[in-house]
Amino acid sequence: MKKLGTMGIHLFLIGASVISLFPFVWMLIGMTNSSSDIVKGKFSFGSSLGDNWSKLLDTTSLGTAFTNSVVIALIGTIFTLILSSMAGYGFEIYRSRGKDRLFGLLMLSMMMPFAAVMIPLFKLFSQLSMLNTPAAVILPTITTAFMIFFFVQNTKSFPRELLQAGRIDGLGEWQLFMRVYMPTMKPTYAAAAIITFMNYWNNFLWPLIALQTPDKKTLPLVVSSLASSYNPDYGIIMVSIVVTTLPTLVIFFLLQKQFVQGMLGSVK
Amino acid sequence: MGSKLKFNRIGWQFVLLPSAFILLFSFYPMFQSLMLSFQSGKGNVTSFAGLDNYVRLFSDPMFKQAVLNTLLYLIIQVPIMLFLGLIVAYFLNMPNLRFKGFYRTAIFLPCVTSLVSYAVLFKSIFAVDGILNQMLMGIHLIDGPIAWLMDPMWARVVIIAAITWRWTGYNMIFYLSAMQNIDPSVYEAASIDGASKTRQFFSITVPLLKPIILFTAIISTNGTLQLFDEVVNITNGGPGNSTMTISQYIYNLSFVYTPNFGYAATVSYAIVIIVAVLAFIQFKIGGEKK
Repeated sequence: MKKLGTMGIHLFLIGASVISLFPFVWMLIGMTNSSSDIVKGKFSFGSSLGDNWSKLLDTTSLGTAFTNSVVIALIGTIFTLILSSMAGYGFEIYRSRGKDRLFGLLMLSMMMPFAAVMIPLFKLFSQLSMLNTPAAVILPTITTAFMIFFFVQNTKSFPRELLQAGRIDGLGEWQLFMRVYMPTMKPTYAAAAIITFMNYWNNFLWPLIALQTPDKKTLPLVVSSLASSYNPDYGIIMVSIVVTTLPTLVIFFLLQKQFVQGMLGSVK
Repeated sequence: MGSKLKFNRIGWQFVLLPSAFILLFSFYPMFQSLMLSFQSGKGNVTSFAGLDNYVRLFSDPMFKQAVLNTLLYLIIQVPIMLFLGLIVAYFLNMPNLRFKGFYRTAIFLPCVTSLVSYAVLFKSIFAVDGILNQMLMGIHLIDGPIAWLMDPMWARVVIIAAITWRWTGYNMIFYLSAMQNIDPSVYEAASIDGASKTRQFFSITVPLLKPIILFTAIISTNGTLQLFDEVVNITNGGPGNSTMTISQYIYNLSFVYTPNFGYAATVSYAIVIIVAVLAFIQFKIGGEKK
């Protein structure tokens, strides 16, 4: 009886794993097939990979889109980490009633739907003549309440004796932040970096509004516009999906532990 | 005393700039949206319209459809996903289960895909002549192909299946980490008392996980109410608006149809109100039986 139960659990988990992995396999197989084979559901490797690649490079500026995605995700992540950790450090280490109140207020922004702020944001960046720039994509999420919360939570377990020791050594408050806090908190920064990078890399709605010309578009915008064209070529779409997904897959497999910590870090 | 004041002042230096960004890019636009919702007109030429936009909401069939669709996704998809996540986590937390690492990684993997990428993959899998119909016909589950994305009911099913695929593993990780903090002796005692595994799941695991279940329920509710990427890329709201969400309707009102920012802002405040009401209800339910 107990054996049967364990068998059932394995069958359930195998089923769940197969369903979870199937789209990945489908994407890798699809990349090697022609559009008509993909739409007909051919489930074996084909020989159209080279064709799909060269067609994709001919019809879209994939290299440019890749560069745009990397620039936005990297620069965005750096600024978001610096600003959010500054705030998390300030709110937790220098606690005061006023700062606690401000912190509570900022947390409200987590419940604000993006759809409710996107029109004023669009108008704001259009008045500043900043639409269609990477800065316009990065700025609205350059500091997020979620990341500040994340750093506040993780700062709670930061050993404050280190700050005291630093003060005795004559370090100023900003030096303490940069030379003591930042190096000590490396694992927290790593986890935060992964989550933030993914968010910028995968972002769709705001870049769709803020970026208008093909030479500024990011990878998700390219994938989406290829797939929504009148006569979509699934061969090249599959290649573009692989190009978009591969970097995040690599990051995940290299840094699985930090990845999961980043997710859980806010509920400690 | 003086040094304490100075200490406090330095603290403000750290929080001022980041806070200013959030105030400028979240709070200020929220306020502007509210102001816009009392304006009407096309594009940037607008005039004060009082409550006209709000009156229009109640007689707008497209708005009603979008709210209905969004709530439908919410009511069906969120409970299914959270329950699946709980069960998977419960199994993966069993002490002597083999291949745990593989299962966990496989089920979590969908979380690393971009919403656009996986949405387009689902669109190709659910094509009329596509792989899923081929397989279902292969095992004689269906006689002819199902027009998944052309039928209003099936199209909604596809959207729900897609979101569940993407986020079940995400929730599972939260539950798994919470379950690992439960003292195993609680289960041992229950086993000695003769409680079955199913019984243990419902009377020990679920009650102990209540705070984290509440947390994931709020995150998922918030996410589903803002659903956009998947619907745009799988069905583009079709067939005949039957899968359109509130976020997509706001986008269409602002950037696809002749732009009507005032009315779009009004619709966006509908989401704000729904988010606030649901969060309140969830806190009430979650906080009550502690």
